[in-house]
Amino acid sequence: MSTTVASVTGGTDAPYALSHLDALESEAVHIFREVAGEFERPVILFSGGKDSIVMLHLALKAFAPAPVPFTLLHVDTGHNFPEVLDYRDRTVAEHGLRLHVASVQEYIDAGKLRERPDGTRNPLQTVPLTEKIQAERFDAVFGGGRRDEEKARAKERVFSLRDEFSQWDPRRQRPELWNLYNGRHAPGEHVRVFPLSNWTELDVWQYIAREGIELPEIYFAHEREVFPRAGMWLTAGDWGGPKENERVEKRLVRYRTVGDMSCTGAVDSDATTLDAVIAEIAASRLTERGATRADDKMSEAAMEDRKREGYF
Amino acid sequence: MTSATEPYAEFAERLATTTLLRFATAGSVDDGKSTLVGRLLHDSKSVLTDQLEAVERVSLSRGQDTPDLALLTDGLRAEREQGITIDVAYRYFATPRRRFILADTPGHVQYTRNMVTGASTAELAVVLVDARNGVVEQTRRHAAVAALLRVPHVVLAVNKMDLVAYAEPVFASIAEEFTAYAASLGVPEITAIPISALAGDNVVEPSAHMDWYGGPTVLEHLETVPSSHDLAHCPARFPVQYVIRPQSARHPDYRGYAGQISSGVLRVGDAVTVLPSGRTSTIEGIDALGESVDIAWAPQSVTLRLADDIDVSRGDLIAPSAQLPASTQDVEATVCHVADRPLTVGQRVLLKHTTRTVKAIVKDIPSRLTLDDLSQHPAPGQLVANDIGRVRIRTAEPLALDPYAESRRTGSFLLIDPADGTTLSAGMAGDAFAEGAGAPAAVPTDDEGWDF
Repeated sequence: MSTTVASVTGGTDAPYALSHLDALESEAVHIFREVAGEFERPVILFSGGKDSIVMLHLALKAFAPAPVPFTLLHVDTGHNFPEVLDYRDRTVAEHGLRLHVASVQEYIDAGKLRERPDGTRNPLQTVPLTEKIQAERFDAVFGGGRRDEEKARAKERVFSLRDEFSQWDPRRQRPELWNLYNGRHAPGEHVRVFPLSNWTELDVWQYIAREGIELPEIYFAHEREVFPRAGMWLTAGDWGGPKENERVEKRLVRYRTVGDMSCTGAVDSDATTLDAVIAEIAASRLTERGATRADDKMSEAAMEDRKREGYF
Repeated sequence: MTSATEPYAEFAERLATTTLLRFATAGSVDDGKSTLVGRLLHDSKSVLTDQLEAVERVSLSRGQDTPDLALLTDGLRAEREQGITIDVAYRYFATPRRRFILADTPGHVQYTRNMVTGASTAELAVVLVDARNGVVEQTRRHAAVAALLRVPHVVLAVNKMDLVAYAEPVFASIAEEFTAYAASLGVPEITAIPISALAGDNVVEPSAHMDWYGGPTVLEHLETVPSSHDLAHCPARFPVQYVIRPQSARHPDYRGYAGQISSGVLRVGDAVTVLPSGRTSTIEGIDALGESVDIAWAPQSVTLRLADDIDVSRGDLIAPSAQLPASTQDVEATVCHVADRPLTVGQRVLLKHTTRTVKAIVKDIPSRLTLDDLSQHPAPGQLVANDIGRVRIRTAEPLALDPYAESRRTGSFLLIDPADGTTLSAGMAGDAFAEGAGAPAAVPTDDEGWDF
């Protein structure tokens, strides 16, 4: 927990320069406070993944010594990693937060959603998410999306207006000027807010290291029963893998992202510490999503199409 | 980016001292902007294997035999279908010295608002010209937007030098014409660099074809130009975002004003005034995200505690009592209209300035600016999308407004449609161009001059 004072780079920055992490932190905190000041019912999407963990950490700092004035929302696909759910519940309890859960499994059990032939539940999250937003009348929904993740996300605003169907229309976005965020919306509409827009994967990890933030253990190298599918190592489990022709083996792996088990792949790694993870990412020639997300490979515009429908 | 062999400790130390530079690119449709951006990303090794493979796959499927680097930056379906960039996109790359946020803005005439959007947060703008065409109308437009938005550093990238035999006189005459023009608009710092984005000359690597050029490559310049610390030398401004009052057993009396310092430096003990009420107090404490500090500066997000229990709420501005901004209900400004519906005289709007949103009415639109030649057209009656014009606005409550020339944060505002929240216009208080700027060189001006 420190604010780095006066870093000098190549002798060109005066004493009042901020390190890039301090600049990103300061911007994200500003965004959290804008939402607290302008909205009635904000909520933070919290999956127990590293981006949402960093968001929560920033929110805790933004309002200290007062509690975070937001509730949390998790869209549980029913195929989440148990370690991550455990982390989620511990964190919620530790900070005395309130957690809403929207459950894909409940929608499937009720016949309101149908399992896809490929078994992935990631695209199924959109309906429970948007219905929960409507039911709870959330007017601002924080997401951990970063513009470096994907080319459609590179076009995303920090404050992104969604209509009553939660739809994103990339051609009708409000221009975002200076740091003047326009959060006005009609009843039924809401705004998706992305405080980590300008962060890269490496920034997130560096910040986690600097701030000493605890993460679910699956982010670090561990032995796990996995099987290969579409060029990734998927975790074997009762979510539906492996199929008959897929062979399970025990490998030393870790996760770069955590999402639904059916579409989030592990990477071979021996990085057991934060330092080792950062060194590994800095040297990696693959993006986070390219390495470990099956759903973004479905088509060239898979992310854009899902975002249009209300996905985060 | 580090190599796999670099010791972590050195890597971590270097990263902790890395600074952030936000910059924007502007160029006409065929000036090679996408190629320049693609080359910066590619040659700084910021394009990763899977991204490049995706570009190669799509290029191949379209029958192209070389990867089209523009596909790295055109993210939306409609953009790829039409082969043009529609909207501002943000790109990220890093070198050992700096992290960069690039606002990649489309070059089409009809997307002036996008360049304004990109330039509003930029500390540097790269204006591209084609060496064969030299300074054209579009170049002047880009220079004018950079000047209007007070982007502190402008780089003129004279591209396609390979197509003019890398000839120094071609570069020198374009650089001279542009520099004279931009300087006359008040652009404080202009750096001209001869490049070939396609061949890679002077983008990341120095060119072997232009030994007559002794300056930096584009990337070297981006790495060494001073970044946002300029803000610290302006009078301190602190728009209050949110009042933090835990009212808990541990903090029964804590009352802190949360905000981001928009300019200047604040110290414990400073005598301050709260606007618009005019009440005065002293800074008793500064909490910098969990740590108590004696001094803080822009753009840090902090929480201030004042010595006196006075009424302060969101929308107020805290400033040093000795350096207060003027308070006014009559705003004179230049606006860039960004909405598809027009802005008209008599229209009722909301004006968002820092953390304060007030009712306002457009009293007058005295003139509209043509960016091509900086001529002004009196009394246009309305402004339509992408227009830039002067406005007079009356606000329902006083605003503590600095001239945009003195602070890009406390001199800027949005006009918003109260009916549906649409962002109508981007506003800059005070004179349009930098004070003391003369008539621009090589441009015909009308009787009234251009500095309206």
